[in-house]
This record gives sequence, structure tokens and C-alpha cells, in this order.
Amino acid sequence: MTEAIIRLHNIGKSFGPNVVLQNINLDIHPGEIIGILGENGAGKSTLLKLISGVYQPSIGSLEADGRHYDQLDPVTSRRLGIAMIPQEFNLVPTLRVYENVFLGQEIRKRGFLDRKTMREKTREVMESLHSSLDPEAPISTLSVAEKQMVEVARVLVDDARLVILDEPTTVLTDREVTVLFDVVRRLQSAGVAVLFISHKLKEVRDLCHSVLILRDGEVVEQSSTDDLDEEDMARKMVGRELSQVFPEKQGQAGDVALEVRQLSLEHVLTDVSFTLRRGQILGLSGLVGSGRTEIAETIMGLREKTSGQILINGEPCNITSPEDAHRQNLAYLSEDRQGKGLVMSFNLIENITLLSLKRYIKGLINHRAERRRAEHYQQALSIRTASLNTDVGLLSGGNQQKVYLAKLLDIEPDILILDEPTRGIDVGTKHEFYRLIRKLASDGKAILVISSELEEIIGLCDQVLVVREGRIVADLQDEQINEEDIMLYAAGARGASTVTGTGVALS
Amino acid sequence: MTQQRTMMDRMGSHVNRLGLDLTILAPLIALVVLLVASSLASEYFLNTRNITNVMRQVSYTGIIAIGVTFVIIGGGIDLSVGSMVALVGVLLLYALNAVTDPVMAIVVGILVALGSGALFGVFNGLLVTRGKITAFIATLATMSIFRSVALYLTDAGEVVSDNPLFPDLGGGYWLGIPIPVWAFLILAAVAHVLLFYTRFGRHLCAVGANTQVARYSGIRVRSVILGSFTIAGACVGLSAIMLTSRLNSISPSDAGVLYELDAIAAVVIGGTALSGGKGSIWGTVIGALILGIINNMLNLLGVSPYLQGMVKGSVILIAVLVQYKRQQ
Repeated sequence: MTEAIIRLHNIGKSFGPNVVLQNINLDIHPGEIIGILGENGAGKSTLLKLISGVYQPSIGSLEADGRHYDQLDPVTSRRLGIAMIPQEFNLVPTLRVYENVFLGQEIRKRGFLDRKTMREKTREVMESLHSSLDPEAPISTLSVAEKQMVEVARVLVDDARLVILDEPTTVLTDREVTVLFDVVRRLQSAGVAVLFISHKLKEVRDLCHSVLILRDGEVVEQSSTDDLDEEDMARKMVGRELSQVFPEKQGQAGDVALEVRQLSLEHVLTDVSFTLRRGQILGLSGLVGSGRTEIAETIMGLREKTSGQILINGEPCNITSPEDAHRQNLAYLSEDRQGKGLVMSFNLIENITLLSLKRYIKGLINHRAERRRAEHYQQALSIRTASLNTDVGLLSGGNQQKVYLAKLLDIEPDILILDEPTRGIDVGTKHEFYRLIRKLASDGKAILVISSELEEIIGLCDQVLVVREGRIVADLQDEQINEEDIMLYAAGARGASTVTGTGVALS
Repeated sequence: MTQQRTMMDRMGSHVNRLGLDLTILAPLIALVVLLVASSLASEYFLNTRNITNVMRQVSYTGIIAIGVTFVIIGGGIDLSVGSMVALVGVLLLYALNAVTDPVMAIVVGILVALGSGALFGVFNGLLVTRGKITAFIATLATMSIFRSVALYLTDAGEVVSDNPLFPDLGGGYWLGIPIPVWAFLILAAVAHVLLFYTRFGRHLCAVGANTQVARYSGIRVRSVILGSFTIAGACVGLSAIMLTSRLNSISPSDAGVLYELDAIAAVVIGGTALSGGKGSIWGTVIGALILGIINNMLNLLGVSPYLQGMVKGSVILIAVLVQYKRQQ
């Protein structure tokens, strides 16, 4: 075999006392496509950052071009031909394609920009990628897939020998994924090595030669993709059976707490109907952009419904603002914790009592009562913080999410809508959340969970609705709740079944 | 370790209750240093009469600065306050001179001043909330409008009060302290309670920090912003009462010129972030005092009045730089 582009010897990384990565040995050879799998918090992105020089390893060394490095910095890494295509693209929207491709590595002639050469080179690269993208097109006019192509072109112009793709397919349609895979295979046949990070096991199996599975910062499996099927991969990633991760489901549900009748929102939702009972965890599944969040926001009065009716405890009610919703004991956890959920410059106390502030006012705000309440939640939800006076912006994602939940719980809601409740939090905290959500349900609260993680929907929910293009296309219960069925409905491979009353007649 | 932490926590909460956040410590130290330096630099500085004068001078812009603090915490800015002083002053004197009974006249005058100030504030607030015009542009426009109306009404001439009791209001003393200073301090105490002990205050901070979060939290964002501009307007009304009664007249072309700068400077020096979301009233009070003392010292030391603007500008720059460093 040819000499490795880069070799990792016993690499490890710790942040203070937290070991996030240890004993990583990996050789990357030219023309190899390696898949990297692992749950959130398993150490995938830390590994990538060590290779691309953003982080420096705490222990171990790297070897490239016959030289040993104790650490890499971004400049050295780039010089070694290592390039990363991030999830969030780093393109300047006001500039053109070729200007972005050559951003920071502009070709100059007598001190001035050589636009002609740059345009031609961009065209050549695009041709080699079988893309017909116009070098003159402004970035802002491009689709997500086209922007990704610009990122790839940028890497190629830079003569990269190792390309790191961080979850490149999450934003792409199926056809675009096919195109991207062709490009990756072409890179590979030209001798470029590729590290491919994805949550989608099937993609990894289809594309990669070998796979590296991380769990809790350690390599648990490193083998050829031919030797593993998707189920093996999933089991190795999670490291335990799914039933252990999720609390036991409970069959009995109480009275109807929330009923939505034929809710419509212009151009987004059509005739959405469902019922949510006390003690029940109802899942709302579907692809990104299918209208799940819009359903929640319309119920909360954040969007103006075009038609439909919302009943709480059997009473029709007119909710036109979150304030109205809170008054009906209805609370919503937004998927965007930082942008819509918490005031990052407020401390824990101020955030927790923001919705329920009225209760702490007898003429003036009773700061002591507020603090006592916050202390209660700090214990009940085991929120880890140096002090309750800390700005929540300084807390970890998981602790922020707990503060957010405390903020909602403090209005003592009967109905909770949780939109991506475990987004961006580590595995351990996720489990805490699942137990917490189940406990809230068994305390008699009605809970609607929106999630993009199928595993979460399947493991947590008593009943699952699948949303596609603003309609509820399936209502699944018990053993009907499985990955395959949900995906088939969500992606439209199985036609919408007719919704009858409470259930669905499967077609 | 844990004990230490709870100690720190408790201390933190005490400090918080007084609104004496750590952010206020820097301006407080600056004020003390300035006081010491001034008393050493000039023998006249600690003179009762000088101190009284400084305090009185500070209170006119200080009252406005307290109002502007609310607007800035809510994420806005108000450039119109200086012109508003002139217009409110003119309306106040017209009302005062229209009523014959001197005591009644003063009552009517005060109501007109506070009322018209609040109303102009509402106007600014509506431009921002309903008109969706950036506060900077909206109040830049009303700054021009208010001044122009004041000049037009008076034909640019001075308006003089013919009420014999009126000068006692702004020129009077109680317990040896000028009435405007009392007004300033009492207003500060009330504003502090409003900011830290009421729902409006908490909501204002939330709106200023992140409008989206506030909206999703069921806060009536528009009413809160409107409220902050109304408070600023009413404060301008109070300042106009003190100023016109002290002078017993108002000059629509000179009154309140550049007050908006002094007010914003006091707010910034006091540690309130221009980006909104957090701030303190005591910080603003200290900021106003610092500006007033610097002005006074420059006068006492015989520094050219043309250089005073430069000094003031430099102080603002330093305050913002210190704030920026602390955020990192």
C-alpha cells in the first residue's frame, strides 16, 4: 500500500478533567473513503478538529510526510493538504462563485487580481466535477447543493489530499446526494482521501470503504464496511440496546387535553387534525421543512392560522399570542434554544421566572422567592452551574436546555410542546431528558414531542404522527412505530393514508 | 469550596438587590478617583457652593439620562431629547402664562410639561414599534421636528415667565439641597425600583437582549418598547420644568442643545451596554456625575471651553473601550 497521508498515533484530547477522546490510531491512505460514526458527543467533531488543526491534542502525535508533529495548527494542516468542508458553509454571499473559490488564495498578476485566470480555473474545476455552475454566478443565487459544490471546488483548487466532509448530506435532497457521491468517488479515484461524517448509516455503507465508530471518546470498531451491516453499526454506536436508553412506555392515557381540528396555515399546513391526551407522549415526525415546527407555532399563536380550531380540555379557545397560550397552561419549547428560548445575558433565575414572573410579584418582585424557586429546579433537574447568578450563555448546551425546561415548567403547564428537546446535548443528558419527559407524562401532563431523530421518536413516544408537506400522512401506534414505516411515510414512498377520526386506515 | 461558592452566591445576590452589579464598580472607582484628583487640583472644588452648582448642573441632563437609560436597555436610542426639552419648555411657559392664579398656573404648567413630554415620547415609540423605523433614524427625524416647531411657535425668540412663584421651583432649596437635585435623586430611586422590581423592568431587559426570545416568552414587545420611550419623554418633561423655572425663561434655539449627547454619554459611562439588555440606573447617575465634575474641573482650571468637547469625547471612548474589554 502507498504511504499514508497522515497517521494518528495514540491521539487523545481532554478539556480540563473531561477526557473527550483517547487512544485514537488511524492511518489515512490516498484514495480511501473512511466513514466516521458516533452519537452526538462521541468525539467525532473533536477528532476532525485535531486533524484540521483547530484543536491541539493533549496526548499522542501525528505523522505526515514522514515528519512527526505533536500538534497541528490550521495553517500547517492546510499546507499538508488537509481541507475541511464544514456543515455551515463559509461562503461570502455577495461575491461570485470564482471569487469564493479563490477567496484567500487569489491569483494576482502585477499586483492586481487576475480575474480571467481565476474564472478559467474555476470553470476547469467545475468541469472536472461534472458541474455546469457558472463561475460568474453570485453565491446568493445558488441552491444549497450548488454552494456545497463551490466548497468542494475551493478545496480542489487548493490541491487537497485529504478532504473532510462533516455531515454533508443533511441539507441535500436524494438526487443531490447522488451527485455528491459521484463527486466524492471521482475525488477518490484521483487519489484524494475522504473522511465522511454522517448519521445516516446507509450512506456510510454505500459510500465508504471502511468505517471508524466512536463511542464516549474511544474507537469501538474499525473495519471494512463489507463486514458490518447497518444494525451492527447502530448497536456499536449506541453500545446498548435501545430499550435501556428509553424509559418504559406507559399504555394508559387520560382525558383529551389538546385537540386540533383541521388546522391550516397558508402555503404551509393543510387540515392538520389530532388529539393529545393527558399522560401521553405523542410524537411528531417528518423531514426537516415538512411543517412540524409550524404546527407547534400555529398552536402557540405565533403564526396566524388561516382556518381550523384548537380545543383545550374540550373548550374551543382563541390563541393569538404565546401569552394567550401560557394562560391556557400550554407551553412550547422551541428548537432554537439560543435564538428563541433563553435570554443568554440573563442569569438562571431571571430566565426561569421570565414566563411566570407574575407569581413572584406582590407589589414588587420578590427576588428571594425567585431564587428559592430556581434552587428548587437546580436540584430537581440537576442543573450544573457554578452559581445561579451565572449568565446562561456560559452554560453547556445540556444545562441550558434544562434551564429552558425549568422556565416552561414554572408556569405549571398541562400541555407541553417540545420541539427537538435533545438537540445539541450530550448522550448522558439526553437520557436524563427522556426519563424526565416520561415522568412529566406520568404526572398527568400531555406532551407533544417533535424530533428529527427517529430513534428518539421510536423510543420515547406512545403514538407517532408523520408529517409531510404540511399534512399528517400517518398515525402510528404500538408496533407500527418503526423506522421503516416512519421513513416511508415521511419521504412519501408510501402514499398518504386516509385519516379517519382518531386513527388512520393504512393503505 | 462549596461553602465559598454559596458565600459568593449570597454576596452576589446582595449586590444584585442593590443593583450594584460588578459592572457599576468601574464607574464608581472612576468617580472616586476623579473626586480625589479634583479636590487636590483645585482648592475651590470642595467649596459647598461649587459642589451645589455642579449637582444642579448635573441634574438637568441626569434626569434625561435616566429616561434614556430605559430606551437604551430596550435596545433603542433617543436622539430627540435635547430638542424635546426646548419644545416642552415653550409649551410649559405658554400654559403657565395663560393661567392667572400663580399656584394653579404652576400646577397646570407641570402637568402640561410632563404630559407633552410623555406624548412626544409616545410619538417616538409609535414610529419605532408601529412604523418599524430604526430608533436612530426615527428620533433623528423628530429631533429636527421638535426643534423646528419650538422655533416656529416662538419665532425663535425667548419666552419669559410672568409668574412670580415659578423661579422658586428650580431655584429653590430644601434642606440646603437644590430642588432639581432632589428631583434627580428621587427619580433615580423610582427608576431603580421600576427597573429591578417590576415586570416592566424585567421584560424591558429581555426585549433589549433578544426580541425573538421575548416574543416567544409571551412578552408584549411593542408595548414594552413604547413604554421605554414614554418614560424618556416624561423625564424630558421633568427636566424642562427644572430648567425653565431656574432660568425663568426658555430660549428655543439654545435650550437643550446637545443634551442627547450628554445623556447618552452618562448612560454609556455608567456601564449600560449600547446593545441593550442590561443596565443600571445608579450607573447612569454616576456617569452623569463624572461628566459634570469633569466639566467643572475644566472650568476651574481655566481650560479653553473649545477643548471641553474633546475631553468629553475622550471619556466616552475610554468608557466604551473598558466595557468592550470586560465583555471579552
